Amino acid sequence: MTDDLALSEAERTAGIVRCDACPVLCRIRPGRAGACDRYSNEGGTLVRVDPLVLLAKPDLARVAFVEGSESWAGELGKGEAAFVTGIGATTTYPDYKPAPFIVSSKPDGVDMVTVVTEGIFSYCGVKVKIDTDRYLGPEQAAVRVRGETVGHVTTAEYGSQMLSLGGVHHLTGGSRKEGVVSCDTLLTLCNKEAVELAIDGGSTVVVQADRPPIVNGIAEARMRVGCGSAAIGMFAPQWKDHVDEVIVVDDHITGVLSEHQGGRFLDMKPAGIRVRGRKSTPGRYFQVAQPGLGWGGTDVSDPLEIIEKINPKQAWPGLKLLMVSTTGEHSAWFELDQDLVPRSAAMPDPVRKVVERIAENCEPALCTVLFMAGAGGSLRAGVTENPVRLTRSVRDTLTKVSLGGVPAYVWPGGGITLMVDVAKMPEKSFGYVPTPALVAPIEFTLRASDYAALGGYASRAVSLEDVLRGNKVRLE
Amino acid sequence: MIAARFPDGRLHLQHGPIDLIIEAFGARDEVEAAYRQAIDRFGDILPMLVCELPALRRPVGDAYPLLQGPVARRMADAVWPHRAAFITPMAAVAGAVADEMLQAMLAGRTLDKAYVNDGGDIAIHLASGHSLRAGIFVQALDGAVTLTHDRPVRGIATSGCGGRSFSLGIADSATVLARTAAAADAAATLIANAVNLDHPAIERRPARELDPDSDLRDLLVTVSVGELPREAIDEALDRGLAEAGRLRRLGLIDSAALSLRGEWRLDDERSLEIGAGAPRRVHGRAQSRR
Repeated sequence: MTDDLALSEAERTAGIVRCDACPVLCRIRPGRAGACDRYSNEGGTLVRVDPLVLLAKPDLARVAFVEGSESWAGELGKGEAAFVTGIGATTTYPDYKPAPFIVSSKPDGVDMVTVVTEGIFSYCGVKVKIDTDRYLGPEQAAVRVRGETVGHVTTAEYGSQMLSLGGVHHLTGGSRKEGVVSCDTLLTLCNKEAVELAIDGGSTVVVQADRPPIVNGIAEARMRVGCGSAAIGMFAPQWKDHVDEVIVVDDHITGVLSEHQGGRFLDMKPAGIRVRGRKSTPGRYFQVAQPGLGWGGTDVSDPLEIIEKINPKQAWPGLKLLMVSTTGEHSAWFELDQDLVPRSAAMPDPVRKVVERIAENCEPALCTVLFMAGAGGSLRAGVTENPVRLTRSVRDTLTKVSLGGVPAYVWPGGGITLMVDVAKMPEKSFGYVPTPALVAPIEFTLRASDYAALGGYASRAVSLEDVLRGNKVRLE
Repeated sequence: MIAARFPDGRLHLQHGPIDLIIEAFGARDEVEAAYRQAIDRFGDILPMLVCELPALRRPVGDAYPLLQGPVARRMADAVWPHRAAFITPMAAVAGAVADEMLQAMLAGRTLDKAYVNDGGDIAIHLASGHSLRAGIFVQALDGAVTLTHDRPVRGIATSGCGGRSFSLGIADSATVLARTAAAADAAATLIANAVNLDHPAIERRPARELDPDSDLRDLLVTVSVGELPREAIDEALDRGLAEAGRLRRLGLIDSAALSLRGEWRLDDERSLEIGAGAPRRVHGRAQSRR
């Protein structure tokens, strides 16, 4: 082994290539592979033997898996829409060398450059949106996997509970075990597999990208159509002729039709049924019960529990009462007897139809997993000699950032902080390193002229045809 | 560097040319802890080796090589008894990495059994009462090895001219059982080198013409082996068998199985069986009993 990386004149003449993919720094003769059998010298070029993933057309439905073969390689090379992803590109950390592939392709006649690499992200995590009104746990509560804290419950959104998992403090700031479990959790979620999460003071939930959540063993089917008050507003006219009162049970805002603006507008007579909780505005009540896994995200299993009193001056025997949850999943029909006590009765068909319509209007409940990470100095240095210019170029939208061919949302402000929906990415896009940190494919695409201007390794650019020739590829 | 779990739970670690498949058996917590220890240890294995690469590529002579890293020292230990022949510590690199990684994952753990497979060179842990079977794959599942706790074999290595390393010999495979994977690795290299003879069908070239960094320098390494008559195959295998017997009598190995063109020789059959998965190999087994 020589001390410097440069090859001697004789070595160059002999066609020897220096591989700098790992610290061994093999010198490889033409037609032979390095010590790892992963890189070889083909006609004076260092090529990778593992498959790269190509998207035939990034925005189109993906075609079936194809192993690299002569017959299609040439054809794909001619197609201008092929896009080389970072999956399988592999990188070194800290970056010993420019990003593995700087590919020049010409979509729409513009000389484009895609810098393809796999980034190692210590600062990364996932934001999980879980479409359910069931109570998962209090905000800020720890989310655990195998007893280790991997994240927390964050601000709830409309019809969904939100979790924030991973991040540098769990990956590398806590105990070794916490880091490994956090990394494993992120990797599993990002590769679209299921993880069971336990929330302190709350539920366990099985989360998998693009699949319904399973809360305490029960698969969620639907998102609520709206809060209880919104449901009243939407369906009041359809109920009006068949009911005297409707109470839509919801952990957030329970709606009471006859008191609600929607009922008043239809000239409904006050029914005198007062629900528990704190009145917000007429017909809208907060906190009618505790959060839970019962009706409408409350802990209620018998809906009559939320009725505080029935005013004998307003209510009347035979009064027809519908109680329903915000997903239509729970419903019950009551009629008041002579003593104004609600008695269960058979629900009339027209009312049942409206209950079913609530269910129909609820979208399928899903978990969505957004990978969120920051491209640090080292990763950016693989793209350009002057990393801050890449940041500026991304900010100015001259450079598009994608992960596995899926366009990423880049946060305004400093750095390159991005988010991407893992469900859209090719299978098995993510890996990890023992740091622990996640490895994700990342591509920067920009005009060749802009690339040169920001100090990119333009001389390292290879044509798409060369990438296809020199690498095993997997077509997605 | 890659650390990944196969769907069946095995751990895969890769960095440059080091490619490990690791499996531990026992209580789930202990297994997971062992895997974490393996991952923790793995990070500096290759960088440490690279630091001492020039010394590791030098033939071992009269002086015990001065080496710092734990893996490098395992390599030196394993090749030192063989210094009368041409050998460099690199002859034991795969086995030494496997041994080091196994030790790292066992520290403080209670496991029924475990193995670290570094490209066919395997370090093994067996608790009392446990055994492990490993297959020998040359053309098919040609043989099997059963290791039990009560016998001292904790390393298996296979060398030959089909692998990633160069061989001076023509063996399709030389599988060696020894106390450690590093010891097995070094011995397998020498036994595979000994499976040899001069024949015009054998093409050889200086190692550095193929790999400028090869520790074998200008020694002639086997590039291809054409048609060989039966007598030549027997002659080459018997030379290898003689070397295996010599190393066994010196206490350096437990046993060895050699193959060339479907013919087999076994030196000591206590652990090895050839033909378990391929009955047609029984002929080769009979040959080995001469």
